[in-house]
Formats: sequence, structure tokens, C-alpha cells
Amino acid sequence: MESPSKTYQPTSTPFDVDAIRRDFPILERKVLGKPLVYLDNAATTQKPSAVIQSITDYYTQINSNVHRGVHHLSEEATNAYEGAREKVRQFLNAGSVEEIIFTKGTTGGINLVASAWGRKHLKAGDEVLVSGMEHHSNIVPWQMICSEKGAHLKVIPINQQGELDMDQYTSLLNERTRLVALVHISNALGSINPVRRMIEMAHRKDIPVLIDGAQAAPHLAIDVRDLDCDFYAFSGHKMYGPTGIGGLFVKKAWLEKMDPYQGGGEMIKSVTFEKTVYHDLPHRFEAGTPNIAGAIGLGAAIDYLRAIGYDSILAYESDLQAYASEKIGSIPGVRLIGTAHDKAGVVSFVVEQVHPLDLGTMLNAAGIAIRTGHHCAQPVMDFYRIPGTARASLGIYNTRAEIDHLAETTRETIKLLS
Amino acid sequence: MNSTKVAENSIQAAQDSIIEDFELLEDWTEKYKYIIELGQVSPGLPEALKTPDIKIKGCQSNVWLHTELKDGKIVFSGDSDAMITKGLINLLINVLSDREPREILEGDLYFIDRIGMKQHLSPTRANGLASMIKQMKIYALAYKTKLENAN
Ligand SMILES: Cc1ncc(COP(=O)(O)O)c(C=O)c1O
Repeated sequence: MESPSKTYQPTSTPFDVDAIRRDFPILERKVLGKPLVYLDNAATTQKPSAVIQSITDYYTQINSNVHRGVHHLSEEATNAYEGAREKVRQFLNAGSVEEIIFTKGTTGGINLVASAWGRKHLKAGDEVLVSGMEHHSNIVPWQMICSEKGAHLKVIPINQQGELDMDQYTSLLNERTRLVALVHISNALGSINPVRRMIEMAHRKDIPVLIDGAQAAPHLAIDVRDLDCDFYAFSGHKMYGPTGIGGLFVKKAWLEKMDPYQGGGEMIKSVTFEKTVYHDLPHRFEAGTPNIAGAIGLGAAIDYLRAIGYDSILAYESDLQAYASEKIGSIPGVRLIGTAHDKAGVVSFVVEQVHPLDLGTMLNAAGIAIRTGHHCAQPVMDFYRIPGTARASLGIYNTRAEIDHLAETTRETIKLLS
Repeated sequence: MNSTKVAENSIQAAQDSIIEDFELLEDWTEKYKYIIELGQVSPGLPEALKTPDIKIKGCQSNVWLHTELKDGKIVFSGDSDAMITKGLINLLINVLSDREPREILEGDLYFIDRIGMKQHLSPTRANGLASMIKQMKIYALAYKTKLENAN
């Protein structure tokens, strides 16, 4: 789990990238007259036909509200929606479907925990520990609840490679620490954090741990029971599923110790003006009509990834990641940002003398989609004293030829501008 | 561009010449290479002039726009830390600089649309370009008022 690039053993399933590419209709399109080279997967991934079809099927065949009607369609819709929850349970290897809450995405999941858990368990003087490589989504909700409660946010520093300082982590865990909220894979640097070990260390002091799995879900097999995390949040749209849907795992022991999050329909058993009885778990955390089509689409994405197999995905992507780092890193004038020992999915870099906007524009003109900027992780940029990076982020359909194209265009742009 | 005669040195003539140049460029890579060249040949601004008060808001890169009044005409010069942006400023300067305030104010800028820039630029970048044009027109208005009051 911690070092996939090294522990990987070849699997029996051969990884056929050409076949995979054919599953993604958008890859056939051209942008600005050039074939699309999509290397912005950390922002969002493209969707395979199976996911698109599952959403169309839902709307053409069974659209209906869930958990409400006795009529047949509502029953089918409920089954499909709850079936998707079971798929998420298997995907995370959670023990029970009660532990799976559908959210809007990672941000939605973290805010739910900050609010439903934080409001009940945080008090003045407490500390919430995050890392120096968090996405704003795993910073701002904690800042908000901390300022409401008079608690403090503490930060585990990172080193030049973009790895967490484990000595500092050890000493930051203290009797005031109420929660550790940690990114599994950094979207800005690609670093894979040793979350399993870090969870174990926190648990030795009875401190629960939330993992932001937004970037891990598309690249690694996740096992919340093996990790033993207390909360795990991820987004559907970053793992080939639809936007507007995500999953949050909450360990059963915490479920009963959290206040409901938002009020409304779906989350109640009975309402009078005097008293409301909340619904069973996990529905009490899903107020209002949920994103039914999104959940079904997420289920289809999980099916799709399982059919390929995470072993194959990991093997293919590790190879591509190493290839891309080597190709981009060896261009004169390029400096890689984030050179952690364990990395996945991301090659972030800066180019001396070239403004990221110029690079992004020239790559775009060549049909290559990457992202330039701070990637919603400004503290990381501040640490490296740079305004932003150019970031190529990989998915299962990317190829070495695409990396070559990226490297070549980057080289040409540097030449042009110096 | 059409049968009615375009006055030499007019805003229209300057724009038509840019449109002609761009028609020769095959794809966006070529177009941007051309814009980069425009940026590279542009003198830019000396560091001392790049003060916060002449910085244009709303751009993804730093943009400075300097103005001077010479014989009743506004002379623009500009700079940016991004070369493509600097090239775009240079294009605008080619069209709008060294003209009377009234001409700048009345100028209809159609070349951005005609060279495909308008559709091509991302909204944030298009806003940046729009901010530059707006700033140039604001300067023109300010100088026009100043000149009228002086008369
Ligand atoms: C590490 C990380 N956390 C959280 C998020 C937020 O995800 P979402 O916008 O899907 O809620 C992202 C998305 O960029 C991310 O990369």
C-alpha cells in the first residue's frame, strides 16, 4: 500500500491501453484542430462509455425518487441507488453499507465531518493536525470549525522532496490533538503519504484520522479496514465517474457520535413541530433528494475500474509516471517540484525564464491539456517559494506517445522563449 | 477588407493589416509563435516604470500599461512577465497608440474577433485582454477631458 511502485508484481491481466482509450469517447475529439492530449486528470478525469450509458439508462428507464414511493419505479431506483452504495462499500472494503455516505465529493465529505463530527467533539484549546501539502478542501473546513470552537490548526511540515517530516509528526501528536486530517496522495506534488503508519501512530494516542482520498481513489486500491482510518473522503469525478457525487466512509463507532449534518427530507423518520426523529444510518447524513444518477454512475465507474484491476492500473501508471518524470525532468531549464520516493499520478514542474501561462498556452495550442497555477494548494507553493507549477496529471488512458508530445512541445516552447 | 477606401494610418487600417498577417498563420501554434515574436521585439518598459499604479487588474500575469501625451496624441507602451501577454499588448499598441484620444474612444476593435482570439482565449484570459482595452479607453477619456478643459 505504502510503496506501490516497488512492491508491484506483474499481474495476469495484460493492460491494453488502446482498448481502454476506445472506452472514452471524448478522446476521439480534436481541440483547436489537434488530437486531444488530456493530462489534467487530477482536476477531473474523462468518463468511459459504461459510465455515460449508466446515467442514460437511469434517466431513460428508472428515473424516480428513492426511499419514497411504493410504486415500482421508486423501488427500482432505490435498489439501484442502494446497489451503488454497496459497490462503494466493496470499493473501499468497508465493513458495512451504513458506513458509506454519499456526498457531493471530497469537499462535501470533509465539510460533513468538520461539521457533524467537529461541532460535537472539538472544544477550545483542541488541535486539529493537517499536513503542509493539503488541498484547500482539507484546510478551510478545519479553519472554519476551529475558529468557531476556539481550537487550533497545526501543520505537519514537508521537506524539499515533498515528503512529510515524520519526526515533526511524532512530536506534533499530543494530548490536545483531537483529529489528524491528511491527504493520501497530494494533488500538487503526487507524493503518496505513509497514511497507514501515520494512522497507527495517531491511534496509539486515541486520535482519529480523516484521509482525503481524492487523488488516491483513481490510482490505488483502497482498503479502509486495512488502513484503519476513521474517515475517508473521495470524489467520483476524479475516478472516471460523474461530477457532483462522492463517497465518505465513516467508521461505525463514530456514526452514532455525530450530529446530523443538514436538515430536510430523506434524513428523518418522523417530524412534528415539537420533535424530529432522525432516520437510520447512513441516511440521516443525506438530507434531501440525493444525486441518484450520480451514485449510479459512480457505481458504474467502480465496476469499470474493478474489471481492469487496480494491480494492472498501478503497474501501468507507475511505469508511465516514471517515464514522464524522466522525460520532463531531463529537459534543460525544467525543475521538477515534488520528488518524493513514493509518487503517483502527477508530474509538477517549473521552467526557468518561462511564465507558466506562456507554457500552458503553447501546450494548449498543441492540443495538450495540463494545468498551470497553484492547484488549490497555496501553502505548497509558498513552501517552494513559487507562484505555481505546470502540472501534468496522468490517467489510465494516457500513453508514452502523449508524454513525448508534451516533452517535445515543452522543449520547443522553452527554445522559443529563451 | 471592403470596397470603401480605408484611410491610411486609421485604426481600421491597422487592424486590417493584423488580420491579413494572421490569415497566413496556419494554426494556433503558429499564431502564438507570431505573438511571442511581437512580445520579444517589443521594448517593454524599464523596471523603474513598472509601478503598482500602472498595473492592470484582472490579468493572470502582471501587466503594466504606460501612457504619455505627445502632440495631442496618446503614446502607449506596456510590458508583462508573460511573453504572450506582452505580445498581445504590443498588438493593441500597434492599433491604438499614437492617436488622438477621440479616435481611441471611438475605435471599434474588431480584429480580436476576426483573428479568432475572442473565441480562443479562455474566459480568464479574455477578461485580461478586455481589461487592457478598457484601461486604454479609460486613459483616452481622461486625456480627452484634460485636453478639453485646457482649451
Ligand atoms: C487532494 C484533493 N483534495 C480535495 C479535492 C477536492 O475535490 P472536489 O472538488 O471533488 O470536492 C481535490 C480536487 O482537486 C484534491 O485534489
